Amino acid sequence: MKDYQKHSVLKTEQLSIGYQTKKDTIVIASNINIELNSGELSGLVGANGIGKSTLLCTLTNVQPSLNGNIYINKKPIEQYNNIDLAKALSLVLTESIASKNLSIFEIVALGRQPYTNWVGNLSETDISIINKSLNDTNLKDIKHKKCYELSDGQLQKVMIARALAQDTDLIILDEPTTHLDMYHKAYILKLLQKLAKDNNKTILFSSHEIDLAIQLCDKLVVMTENNVVSGAPSKLIERDTFDALFPKDFITFDKTTNSFKIIR
Amino acid sequence: MSSSNTYKFSFLILIFVLVCCFFANISLGSVSFSIKEIFNALLGVSDNYIIQNYRLPKAFTAILVGSGLGISGLLMQTLFRNPLAGPFVLGISSGASLGVALVILGSGFFGGVFTTLLVSKWSIVIAASLGSFLVLLAVLIVSSKVRDTMAILIIGLMFGSITAAVVSVLSYFSSAEQLQQYIFWGFGSLGNLSWYELFIFSTIILVGVVLSIFSIKALNTLLLGENYAKSLGLNIKQSRLIIIVATSLLAGTITAFAGPIAFIGLAIPHITRQIFTTSNHKILLPAVLLLGAIVMLICDSIAQLPTSDYMLPINAITSLIGAPVVIWLLVRKRKMMF
Repeated sequence: MKDYQKHSVLKTEQLSIGYQTKKDTIVIASNINIELNSGELSGLVGANGIGKSTLLCTLTNVQPSLNGNIYINKKPIEQYNNIDLAKALSLVLTESIASKNLSIFEIVALGRQPYTNWVGNLSETDISIINKSLNDTNLKDIKHKKCYELSDGQLQKVMIARALAQDTDLIILDEPTTHLDMYHKAYILKLLQKLAKDNNKTILFSSHEIDLAIQLCDKLVVMTENNVVSGAPSKLIERDTFDALFPKDFITFDKTTNSFKIIR
Repeated sequence: MSSSNTYKFSFLILIFVLVCCFFANISLGSVSFSIKEIFNALLGVSDNYIIQNYRLPKAFTAILVGSGLGISGLLMQTLFRNPLAGPFVLGISSGASLGVALVILGSGFFGGVFTTLLVSKWSIVIAASLGSFLVLLAVLIVSSKVRDTMAILIIGLMFGSITAAVVSVLSYFSSAEQLQQYIFWGFGSLGNLSWYELFIFSTIILVGVVLSIFSIKALNTLLLGENYAKSLGLNIKQSRLIIIVATSLLAGTITAFAGPIAFIGLAIPHITRQIFTTSNHKILLPAVLLLGAIVMLICDSIAQLPTSDYMLPINAITSLIGAPVVIWLLVRKRKMMF
């Protein structure tokens, strides 16, 4: 494991998110102050419909923020153009890709698009970065397989490899563990943890696997009805943050096992 | 890499087949010539009116039509991520049909003086171009207001319905003679172009092809879906505009000069994907170009019914030959490449 100097990669100040319509403004969450550093794996957790996707969309500049500032590598996100943002921030989305007829190598190679020339030719540097991403995600041996031959778990790894090939400081993943079994959920999150440490990436993912996230993440961003708090999992447990996560009628957070239990 | 070598080999074969089809297309027809006569005419050693001013322009037209329609079909299928899309999904052919219908069927309304003046070949070309251009403009204006690419597809189809309805109304009030003329335009024709017209035709097609080549990177990025493409720094609106303009230049011009030629634009990209088993547009685009030209030359050779005086409508032949080929490919491979 290498030692890197920690520095702030993603930072928000007094951020409000929501939707602006002609008539009024719908605020989904406000006063969001989070700071993610290099080499950190962070999880974003919250109940369904609390605004996790909206927050991710705002952080990735897909939708504008209502108020406040977002800094990526200490530079305000509005000052990035399309290509520069693509070189600073890569995404893994929940949607499946349009063409299943691409091989693993081809998909990962598309991660190099911001760097390639007008027709998309790969240089030797590009190829070596693609091969490194395939190595880091254990996809090297099956790199010529087509997408329609892959399982959901493998496909998720391919999309992570593609984000790695994009060679950005920050990788944001929207629910990377949905549709996966218990083993592969742990596998993917463990892989993300390893990538963050070994490659000094800043990785933020949204997830409903709170138990796993508590065990693996350096930092958690917890969205509740009233506020958005972030911090190390142990600190958040001390402060009883997880109790506010869900309505208390069916489940409750058990501090001794660090997991949710059904109320009998 | 071994895969690029196999592609090179496939391309060499395609080019060879294209050259063969080109010569076969020129040598076949109602009048038969010896090989020596054909070569002499091609090299300009001796004058041969039929070959030099009829068959040669027709062969070139076939090549341009096949390549252009194939490419525009490929562009639309990738842009709309829909294997059913073809060059005419944006209502380009219906716009052209409306223009032509207005000239041919509507000439009755404009009165006697215009009738002979209007129904000349250039007026039909201009009417078709104007029609497809106006419909396209409408689609572009509406589509600049929507963010979803799928909405553009639906809007294109809606414009198609509107123009089809107007054509129906026009036909209802037209004479049998006018209707026949309109239907003949709908059959499509490759053999009507002079060298001068061919020059204009090929220039516009070239512009369309160049625009498509500049879209290769965007098209490959779009294979991941629009959101991923955006996250890779692609300017979606700009790329979408270039792709749509390229398609309309190609499909619009072809419809103007050769009529609404069916099927090629839909089928050629599918056949190419089955042969090359790739979705990479760097391979697909030139392959579609070559294969489109080959298929169109073959269809034209069949349509002119060698040694007979009859000529079948090219539009019927493209579907008669092409549809079974696509069905056979899909059944044999059991897997649709897209």
